[in-house]
Amino acid sequence: MLAWTIYISFLGVLVLMLLPKGNASSARKVAMLSAVTGLLVALAGFFQFKAGELVTVAKLPWVPSLGIEYHLAADGISLTLVLLTGLAAVGGILFSWNIEHRAKEFFAFYLALIGGVYGVFLSFDLFLLFVFYEIAIVPKYFIIAIWGSTRKEYGAMKLALYSFIGSAMVLVGLIAAYVVSGARTFNVVELAKYPFPHDFQMWAFPLVFVGFAILAGLWPFHTWAPTGHVAAPTAASMLLAGVVMKLGAYGCLRVAMTIFPQGLENWQLGVLGLHSWRDVIALLSIIGIVYGALVALVQKDFKFVIGYSSVSHMGFVLLGLMTLNTIGLSGAVLQMFSHGIIAGLLFAVVGRMVYERTHTRELSVLEGMNLGKAMPFAAVTFVIAGAASMGLPGFSGFVAELQVLIGAWQTYPTFAVLAGVGIVVGVAYTLRAMQKAFFGESVGPSAPLGAKAAKLAGSEPGAPFATISVPERLGAVMLIGVAVLIGLYPRLLLDVILPSFDSPLFDWLRKGGAP
Amino acid sequence: MSGFPILSVLTLLPLLGGIMVVGLPDRKLARSFALGFSFLSLAQALGLWHTFKAANGGLQFVERADWIPSLGVQYFVGVDGLGLLMVLLTAIVVPLSLLVSGRVSERAPLYHALVLFLQAGLFGTFTALNFFHWFLFWELSLIPAFLLVRLWGGPQRAPAATQFFIYTMVGSVAMLLAFLAIFLATSKPGGAGVFDFIELGKLAARGALNPALAAKLGWFELTGRQIASVIFGGVLLGFAVKVPLMPFHTWLPATYAEAPTPVTMLLTGVMSKMGVYGFLRILLPIFPEQIQWLRTPLLALAVVTIVFSACAAFAQRDLKRILAYSSINHLGYCLLGVFAVATAGANVLAPAVEKAAALNGVLLQMFNHGLTAATLFMFVGFLEHRSGGLRGLNDFGGIRKVAPVFCGLMGIALFSSLGLPGLNGFVGEFLIFKGVFPLAMCSAALSVIGILVTAIVILTMLQRVFNGPLNEKWSKLPDLTLAERALVVIPIALMFVLGLWPRLILDVINPTVVQMVEQLKF
Amino acid sequence: MNYSQLLKFAAPETIVVLTALAVLAVDLTSLRGLEPRLRFIIGGMLACVGCAAAAVWMIVMPEQANAFGGMLVVDPLTQLVKVALLGLTVFTILISIESNFTQHVGEYLALILLATVGMMFLVSAEDLLMVFVSLEMTSLSLYILTAFNKRNIKSAEAALKYFLFGGMSAAFLLFGLSLIYGLSGATNLGGIAAALQGRKLDPLLVVALVMVVIGFGFKVAAVPFHLWAPDAYEGAPTPSAAFIASGSKVASFFIFAKVMIIGFAGATGSGAFGYYESGWVPMIAIVAVLSMVLGNLGAIVQGNVKRLLAYSAIAHGGYALLGMLANSQQGVAALVYYVITYGMTTLGAFGVVAVVEQATGDSKLSDLSGLCRRAPVVSVCMLVFMLSLAGIPPLAGFFGKFYVFLAAAAAVKNLGLLWLVVFAIAMSAVSLYYYLQVMKRIYISDPPAGAPRMRVAWLTQATLAVLAVSVVLLGCFPGWLVGLIERALASLAP
Repeated sequence: MLAWTIYISFLGVLVLMLLPKGNASSARKVAMLSAVTGLLVALAGFFQFKAGELVTVAKLPWVPSLGIEYHLAADGISLTLVLLTGLAAVGGILFSWNIEHRAKEFFAFYLALIGGVYGVFLSFDLFLLFVFYEIAIVPKYFIIAIWGSTRKEYGAMKLALYSFIGSAMVLVGLIAAYVVSGARTFNVVELAKYPFPHDFQMWAFPLVFVGFAILAGLWPFHTWAPTGHVAAPTAASMLLAGVVMKLGAYGCLRVAMTIFPQGLENWQLGVLGLHSWRDVIALLSIIGIVYGALVALVQKDFKFVIGYSSVSHMGFVLLGLMTLNTIGLSGAVLQMFSHGIIAGLLFAVVGRMVYERTHTRELSVLEGMNLGKAMPFAAVTFVIAGAASMGLPGFSGFVAELQVLIGAWQTYPTFAVLAGVGIVVGVAYTLRAMQKAFFGESVGPSAPLGAKAAKLAGSEPGAPFATISVPERLGAVMLIGVAVLIGLYPRLLLDVILPSFDSPLFDWLRKGGAP
Repeated sequence: MSGFPILSVLTLLPLLGGIMVVGLPDRKLARSFALGFSFLSLAQALGLWHTFKAANGGLQFVERADWIPSLGVQYFVGVDGLGLLMVLLTAIVVPLSLLVSGRVSERAPLYHALVLFLQAGLFGTFTALNFFHWFLFWELSLIPAFLLVRLWGGPQRAPAATQFFIYTMVGSVAMLLAFLAIFLATSKPGGAGVFDFIELGKLAARGALNPALAAKLGWFELTGRQIASVIFGGVLLGFAVKVPLMPFHTWLPATYAEAPTPVTMLLTGVMSKMGVYGFLRILLPIFPEQIQWLRTPLLALAVVTIVFSACAAFAQRDLKRILAYSSINHLGYCLLGVFAVATAGANVLAPAVEKAAALNGVLLQMFNHGLTAATLFMFVGFLEHRSGGLRGLNDFGGIRKVAPVFCGLMGIALFSSLGLPGLNGFVGEFLIFKGVFPLAMCSAALSVIGILVTAIVILTMLQRVFNGPLNEKWSKLPDLTLAERALVVIPIALMFVLGLWPRLILDVINPTVVQMVEQLKF
Repeated sequence: MNYSQLLKFAAPETIVVLTALAVLAVDLTSLRGLEPRLRFIIGGMLACVGCAAAAVWMIVMPEQANAFGGMLVVDPLTQLVKVALLGLTVFTILISIESNFTQHVGEYLALILLATVGMMFLVSAEDLLMVFVSLEMTSLSLYILTAFNKRNIKSAEAALKYFLFGGMSAAFLLFGLSLIYGLSGATNLGGIAAALQGRKLDPLLVVALVMVVIGFGFKVAAVPFHLWAPDAYEGAPTPSAAFIASGSKVASFFIFAKVMIIGFAGATGSGAFGYYESGWVPMIAIVAVLSMVLGNLGAIVQGNVKRLLAYSAIAHGGYALLGMLANSQQGVAALVYYVITYGMTTLGAFGVVAVVEQATGDSKLSDLSGLCRRAPVVSVCMLVFMLSLAGIPPLAGFFGKFYVFLAAAAAVKNLGLLWLVVFAIAMSAVSLYYYLQVMKRIYISDPPAGAPRMRVAWLTQATLAVLAVSVVLLGCFPGWLVGLIERALASLAP
């Protein structure tokens, strides 16, 4: 049944393409219908799911002569991310309800992206996974390049090329794995069983891992993320940070680490205190955590702050993956979910609630608008989302980062401490952005728009901002609700995620994959 | 123990109240609702105090439920004498603070809701016994506090609030990391670790914690003991910032000075107690060995805190800042007591008795300081209101002549803070010093300097503000109104009652303290 | 074997030749006075019917024969490629119908059909003589087709260039072939292979090999023999360019691979990483690498869509050569799949360019600006073609590349050719950049002020749509075509 998440999305694309031109209202309704149905299907799948099992959704021969199968399946990890995709999709549409410019195309690209993402999370055939992975690239480009803002074409092209280069690396790894195994199959489960030669894994692992991790924002390949996020329209930033970055992290876990676990083992000799690819990646992710946070601290553009914060938070995911213990891995998966929700919320506030009303994201300009009074709903939402993003307990991010840190304590104690530094800097940049954007000293409550700001917004000084609309409120409440729900009752997801690591796919975890 | 989940209700009530109040359109309505909720909480806390079986020093009103089994997280709340005392203090200070918040006109519903949220956070912190939700409340009380300072504070509120938040967060993150390490060390293969304070205390008492840390955590070839000390350092940092212990105090004067006065009451009255509470509930039972090991430097820090904050208070010219530093000073005594008991006390005649005295003193001092400091800030608030924002030490003079009631009542509070016998401040300090002298003679002796300087500071304040020639500017200064008098009479009365009849509290806390002393093995 | 049998085996070619003559005759006799568009429709339909008939003939009556020692080889694989060629011819004709660059409709259509005949014979040939003759037959037709726009000086220039380069390369090829004949004493590929078996790679053979590679390299526009391609594509009437890029590519690659794999089976050599051995494989490997680099980098800086497509064709030639390098059954299957789908895709792309050219008068990148609002259906088709060329799934171009790469990686033990695959994949990542530039023009740039909606004939639209849908379907369900090719190949195996 879960396969319908994919079909419904692409069906939505078709319907949108057939709609008469210039009918924005029906376009968004169609998109909404499709996204909500997808979410409902995902939810239904989630609640039917028995923890620990691997549900085969579809398994048909596709290119029989090459052993390629149309194989959709789901374990707890996929399911969590499918659920995230559903939520992010609905949220994104709610926050792009006001799109009038080429709305039909916008939602068509949007749903195509969503469909691709669902597909990646559900594919258990690597060829199929790769197909969906690449399907997701193109809509991103168009959404950003057509509906984006600041340096949109540059950001879109950068994102597309980075993604494509990453997927090229993955493709090399996949082809090599297929050929070396000689098993004429792309089935993850089969390939995970195949004992690839150690030397082969040693180079194939970093190739595939980094290929995926580029999309997950691994430092120093993260530079697409801030520019891309900033250039993208709100819904796309939400999806980029919310689910697309997860595609990369998911690929790292599902493909690179599952098929080439020996690639994590120690090298013969250490270089600069690094003894394996695992050390290298852990180091890069911790650099990402701290560097992303520090850079976010000095940004002048509100959205860049959030963009770099994504890099920092995704560092936790990668660090969690590199801990190679169940708690760290489950933390990483939970962090994927949590960051998807929280980053989506932050981008919604910055991109939709603030930017579309003030037409500026310069923190120094926003400071003069006293938005805390002018749009209290946005301020409250941002305070809550900011608190969640800082990793305050009670929100999903805390439970996730907590597990990652426990895992890190076990394997990389120093990195755990450095990650703590990253959290503190995270608090600092969030506070800074929050204060500048919402609690700036105002020119007076009667004039929410100062002269300069009014000029930017193209309206009269003193004109009030449009009130926060109902879809925006709905979206914000939904995302906050999820973040709090998971924060207070993480069992909802953990009970599904944790048993997944007992499956044969993760045998290497118990064999102690790497010393 | 099953039954009515009274402690959960205690925490949830202000939370619900806050949610209700934030949606109210009207200032007056919000205010009366918030007050109503805070009085309900007070009634509930008094009820708890009443039903608490004092003779049994252990945990009561316990609620326990599985929460996140994979992380060893249980919903586990309960209070003993210590927790109950703190709950009561919170329940008393919050309505007082709300009562003097009448002048908050801007975004009043939000203000009142935030105070109620803060109260919920405090109740949660003082009743939670599992790290997970204890930390949740610990951190979440920070957000309303931050916003209250940030949005309703004085001119320098932005840097002050940021400093406050970041300092506390640094401490919290260090503490979080430390607890995660403990969790990891105590986890069995394939199972979850321990987040339960009581359980951890038992482990530590058995001496099982350090070996576990050594076995599970290899870090730079440190020995188990050294690792445990690093972990201890992390937790210590968290609490030291909150109390604060010098040199982690720099956020405090600015924050207290910039916060609106009712919020300062909350900050000093209750939030600063969170740190001391943490020392008693967490550090002492879980890290006895480390505290003992590091006792001398820690005592030195406590003494430094006491003496330097007193001297710093002397150098201040802003009434709020003076009181802020004197707050640090008073909490320094608490820490002195806490650190002093961390010894086997082999050369002391009756170590258990002295330890019990010191800890009883610490608890009393926490309560008393909460009450007195909150009252003093309340008075400063009245004064500030009358003077139009002026609160310099030298801005006034001779106002005793025009506002005798004000000066009389504030004088009582000041003397309580100074530790005049017959008032509540005396009992706590006396018990602390009684216990500490035999246990840590030198530190106690040095700390007396702090008492002296504080006395000078407070007397100077009395003299500069109340006595001397009347500053003509204030010849029209109105005295306390009837409502204000009615308001301040309550805490003043409490000061007398507790000063003359400390058993009222001692009877409740003593069994807990005795148990605590028994459990502490050095 | 008698002539009637030969006629039976050569029936499809015969049908096409007759069609060509019929088109000429009909146009000459009865359509003279009509307006060109009508003539195009009638003639085009006739030609299409002929092609379809030939294709149906092959599908309905599959044959397996080898006439006169390799002069005409009919087997499932050649028939499959011939059907594909006929299909491409039909599509070329369909996109020509709406064009207005010539009055000489009959001649134009007849030339296309004759070129097709040449290609069909080329595909079927396993004898050097036949290869050369049919290659020249194709080439001569294509030279003329390039020069067909008499009103455009560029067309003539392009044709001259094409012709001179082509003539030169034909000389090289002929020289090479004659050396081979001298070395082996045989003209058919099997005989050559047998004669060369076990022979050391002496200078004479190397010269012969180089000459042959140069000759075919020109035909498939591989670097460094590519110089004619951008100019010819740009100058030629767009449908002609489309035909050169699609049909001629399919046939040339097929025969190139056949000559190399069968004829030079003894002089393979090795291009595996760290294990070099001289032979045709390393030589082609170098050519492939150069094509991929120069093609992709060259395409980035182009401002004209047709030139861009020409450079992209060069790059794609490089990828396709990988299938040949694999020197395995899977490699041939991948190559055939690749060139067929590539032919369809590029044909579609040229079709779109033809539409734009007719509306705006030129084929600069800027002429595509805002196309999505001037001609939405055509734009969606172009989106499909460009993304397929870039190798984005689930389009045919992706699977083609994937298949070729897989075959190349699997061809040599221990992933010997993986370095080439890595190179190709890296280069195809670069290629996304310029394909997206085209898409950016179409979907993101604003149309020139006041530009009206383009009027696109329904026939053209339908043709392009069919091509786009086929590209999507072949990408989504590659199993069908791959199965056909593999079964055809399997039936050849001794």
